[in-house]
Amino acid sequence: MAAYMITSTLRRVLLVAKHASFQSRCCVASSRVQYSTVYDSNEKTFDKILIANRGEIACRVMKTCKKMGIKTVAVHSDVDASAVHVKMADEAVCVGPAPTNKSYLNMDAIMDAIRKTGSQAVHPGYGFLSENKEFAKRLAAEDVVFIGPDTHAIHAMGDKIESKLLAKAANVNVIPGFDGVVEVSYTVNMVVLATTFCKFMIVLATNQTGSTFNSFRLSSQEAASSFGDDRLLIEKFVDNPRHIEIQVLADKHGNALWLNERECSIQRRNQKVVEEAPSTFLDPETRRAMGEQAVQLAKAVQYSSAGTVEFLVDSNKNFYFLEMNTRLQVEHPITECITGLDLVQQMIRVAKGFPLLHKQEDIPINGWAIESRVYAEDPYKSFGLPSIGRLSQYQEPIHLPKVRVDSGIQEGSDISIYYDPMISKLVTYGATRAEALQRMEAALDNYVIRGVTHNIPLLREIITHPRFISGDITTNFLPEEYPEGFKGHQLTSEGRRELVATAAALYVSAQLRSQRFLGNLRVSTTPQEQRQWELCVELEKGSHTVAVSRSGSTFTVEVDGVTVEVSGEWNLASALLPVTINRTPRVLQCLSRDAGGDITLQYLGTQFKVRVLSQLVSTLSAHMPEKVPEDTSSILRSPMPGSVVAVSVKPGDVVAEGQEICVIEAMKMQNSLIAAKAAKVKSVHCKAGETVGEGDLLVQLE
Amino acid sequence: YTHIYTHRQSVAQSEVQEQSRRWYSVSHLSVQERIDRKRNAALIGGGQKRIDAQHKRFAGDSVVTGQGRINGRLVYVFSQDFTVFGGSLSGAHAQKICKIMDQAMMVGAPVIGLNDSGGARIQEGVESLAGYADIFLRNVMASGVVPQISLIMGPCAGGAVYSPALTDFTFMVKDTSYLFITGPDVVKSVTNEDVTQEELGGAKTHTAVSGVAHRAFENDIDALLNLRNFFNFLPLSNQDPAPVTECHDPSDRLVPGLDTIVPFETTKAYDMLDIIQGIADEREFFEIMPNYAKNIVVGFARMNGRTVGIVGNQPKVASGCLDINSSVKGARFVRFCDAFNIPILTFVDVPGFLPGTSQEYGGIIRHGAKLLFAFAEATVPKITIITRKAYGGAYDVMSSKHLRGDVNYAWPSAEVAVMGAKGAVQIIFRGKSNQAEQEAEYVEKFANPFPAAVRGFVDDIIVPSTTRKRICRDLEVLASKKQTNPWKKHANIPL
Repeated sequence: MAAYMITSTLRRVLLVAKHASFQSRCCVASSRVQYSTVYDSNEKTFDKILIANRGEIACRVMKTCKKMGIKTVAVHSDVDASAVHVKMADEAVCVGPAPTNKSYLNMDAIMDAIRKTGSQAVHPGYGFLSENKEFAKRLAAEDVVFIGPDTHAIHAMGDKIESKLLAKAANVNVIPGFDGVVEVSYTVNMVVLATTFCKFMIVLATNQTGSTFNSFRLSSQEAASSFGDDRLLIEKFVDNPRHIEIQVLADKHGNALWLNERECSIQRRNQKVVEEAPSTFLDPETRRAMGEQAVQLAKAVQYSSAGTVEFLVDSNKNFYFLEMNTRLQVEHPITECITGLDLVQQMIRVAKGFPLLHKQEDIPINGWAIESRVYAEDPYKSFGLPSIGRLSQYQEPIHLPKVRVDSGIQEGSDISIYYDPMISKLVTYGATRAEALQRMEAALDNYVIRGVTHNIPLLREIITHPRFISGDITTNFLPEEYPEGFKGHQLTSEGRRELVATAAALYVSAQLRSQRFLGNLRVSTTPQEQRQWELCVELEKGSHTVAVSRSGSTFTVEVDGVTVEVSGEWNLASALLPVTINRTPRVLQCLSRDAGGDITLQYLGTQFKVRVLSQLVSTLSAHMPEKVPEDTSSILRSPMPGSVVAVSVKPGDVVAEGQEICVIEAMKMQNSLIAAKAAKVKSVHCKAGETVGEGDLLVQLE
Repeated sequence: YTHIYTHRQSVAQSEVQEQSRRWYSVSHLSVQERIDRKRNAALIGGGQKRIDAQHKRFAGDSVVTGQGRINGRLVYVFSQDFTVFGGSLSGAHAQKICKIMDQAMMVGAPVIGLNDSGGARIQEGVESLAGYADIFLRNVMASGVVPQISLIMGPCAGGAVYSPALTDFTFMVKDTSYLFITGPDVVKSVTNEDVTQEELGGAKTHTAVSGVAHRAFENDIDALLNLRNFFNFLPLSNQDPAPVTECHDPSDRLVPGLDTIVPFETTKAYDMLDIIQGIADEREFFEIMPNYAKNIVVGFARMNGRTVGIVGNQPKVASGCLDINSSVKGARFVRFCDAFNIPILTFVDVPGFLPGTSQEYGGIIRHGAKLLFAFAEATVPKITIITRKAYGGAYDVMSSKHLRGDVNYAWPSAEVAVMGAKGAVQIIFRGKSNQAEQEAEYVEKFANPFPAAVRGFVDDIIVPSTTRKRICRDLEVLASKKQTNPWKKHANIPL
């Protein structure tokens, strides 16, 4: 070990927590999925299946069950009692309180639910118990079918180190590295870089012993808290890697297929954000080589059911085995879109013991599919920190063609701190990548989400980014393209004009409407509609002189002397604002509009605050006393809702700039909060174990 | 004639002549004038100049009055001018205000006062006091005849604070407006209390602690723009119906979010504003007193374009119980709506009146009776939706069927009972052992909307997502409702 470390001091090393599969849980398929597979009603599978999951994936599984004529049983925690997956199921059983280890991970309660409902099989979805061999064993002991691979496959692939050895034996390319368990001592000064696929991989910076330990402590703590295992694995670092995975499907009769690849390189903090199938990078040869190796591995562990073999692919198309996920993946819909197979149906068939119906040559690549993971999180804070709240308005863009939305929430649902903050998986497909991307743009613009902060601004920026469109992506795409952090859509001068013109037109139509009273005879008989509106529109500290004139539903808006024509329906109640700006149709969203002239518009995915004032009011505004904003450098507020893991300071302590003050955990992710300046701690308003909301005061400095 | 003409011109030049006619017209012209004046005053300086001016007479005195239109609807406005004798009230100043108030009552149009007055003009002595009384009398006479709104835009002290207190709504500007009987200096000399202007009578104090003001806005401009918006909710007089504006929000829109909003656990809170915004046109709700007695929510919204007044218990704050402050807040709002033909929607989730010595000593019985009185005497359309708890006397109070509620709905989560299961069982089965069992039986028998529904106290048990649709339909039906109370000089509300 020591020798290895010495030789690698100048090399970059991969530090990985074992069981790196992340636990994403969420999710309904409210869409028209186009499967080419037929549902043969004569093929008898199960009468009743229990879905040991929640959200999107539970709903997804139930959809297929319904098509196959199988009764469904939902399990839920008490806070999920009115969740969509519960309503969708034929039966529902409460398995405990909100925390996952007391409900969705509570095997005793789930086993009770299975017995009580007489379920013959269990679909675990992803996350939770999907890769838990103990659970699979307990099911087997009671003769309940686990819809997934056999216990030995879960076991073999569950351990990163073991799976690597197995893959090596099956002639699968693996990353050269140290195949053992690392004992980290405090004297080691490591240079470690993480890539891809797992949020527990931590990037450590060179030559900063203090920071290395800090990160190491965080990573091993997280690993321990999430998986009860703090061993770490060290591997060679693959430069400019892409994360490409092969979907495999195997039955219990020794047949195995590869269902092409999924490109999952766009990630933030090692969690996937945008996925597509196929990959722009693979040529048919590489694809076949990867597919065949994936099938070899599946056969080597006698795999049955659907599984995913993840590879890192370097810039020379060398590919290395990373790990195998023995479950249905979050991003499976894109594979379904291009192959026409219903993976859940296949999993159920295989679990019952039916042989696969398809041959390898039957597996097509039909068109292109792209998936965006829509999360309740703030993309402006390290590409996405969780947010919570009630979905006061929610409208999926399923009125658009070739759009599939897998979600498990609806208007009025709560996004709570207990579970994964995923809102939905938005999938679009088309004959070509360009077509799929264009549909994704429209779908994101038409997606109405109110009440929680969401990552649509980031998603829309990614899919319209020239580098993404060219297909030149790696797992470092986000940090490379946004080194300063994501700042939202950057307006061009034309975009600015469009936005200003639309805001002005919206303002005028609202003003005009407020002068229209129905059936009231005491309104002035001399109508006084203005012909010309002289306005001043403020946007991002810039101010524009705007003149608006109206003819019917078309507004001619002069923004700083340039004419922009905006027309639309101007329905002031609708969340969507479809307009035609200079003959280009666009869908904007109006998030808020108040009497003071403040309008918040979502334009090209990003939300912009605009203030529209009449020219006079604007001049007068200059005379208003300025409000002094709160000094934020001396107060530390929680950036997100979560629980306090540790508080490292007490009143009277002197802290240096950048020193850790406390650690907040939300959705199993730990965030270290640091002092913005050197100061003495005035007061501490939180203690370890407490739950805090976004914006709550944690620590005050002098 | 020439003399009159030149005089008129000189008055016009001093920017006094009825310039506020256009204060609220679309151009906002007078806003500029107002601010220019303020600026000039600051440049010239107060002190010595003002004392010199005591023997002068300013054309138009320290108030600007007139009428104009907001979105085409008539309004009378007076605006006190702090740059002339500190906006102090002289006999002439009072006369000007009285003149427009008298006319406003005759033609039936609201009166808006922009208050910025240091109090009585001491130099004029009793004449100034008489002026105050003249205005007070007109405030009282106009009360319930035309809506009266006060916007406090600067420091108002002494007699100047009572006229706003008599009007229907008092709004303030944050950080720059104050209302107090006497300023901090006098407070110091009388009670030896050290207090700043802001603490004593700032917008925060009056909107959150005293309940004197109904809402505060960021600055003068924000306040004026919001006032224009608010004005659109109000009828012009008690002879006019509540206004109906063009509405883009479908009246039969379902609100699916409401089906899951009430939590299963009866002790868990939710936000009543989510319900109100969910059903209102375009989610728009103009809340009155949002920071005072937050356990009750009151304000204006529109249903299919028609103005409605909404009263709702707020389970998020103190479980939505009724206490002294919330009863008074609710009562005053209900009476305003009743006076001006605005239908009242009531959302009920109330565990009862708040018990305890502080409430009893403070007279919760007397104050709670005000809300009861207000709902009972109201003859406008009254629609009530019981979302969850409707316990005890508070059930009766909250616009129940028994107080002439026109349409009373219950959601499936409603519990209409004398009290909660636990308390009830403790009383009925005191000392008995099988309380848990009895509790379950009580819940089964009483903690649901059926006992009330079978007796007709609830007209229907409805699916929450259909609430908006039903209310819009009912309001349409009730628009022609006519109901009168027996003749009386006036009722005797327990003040």
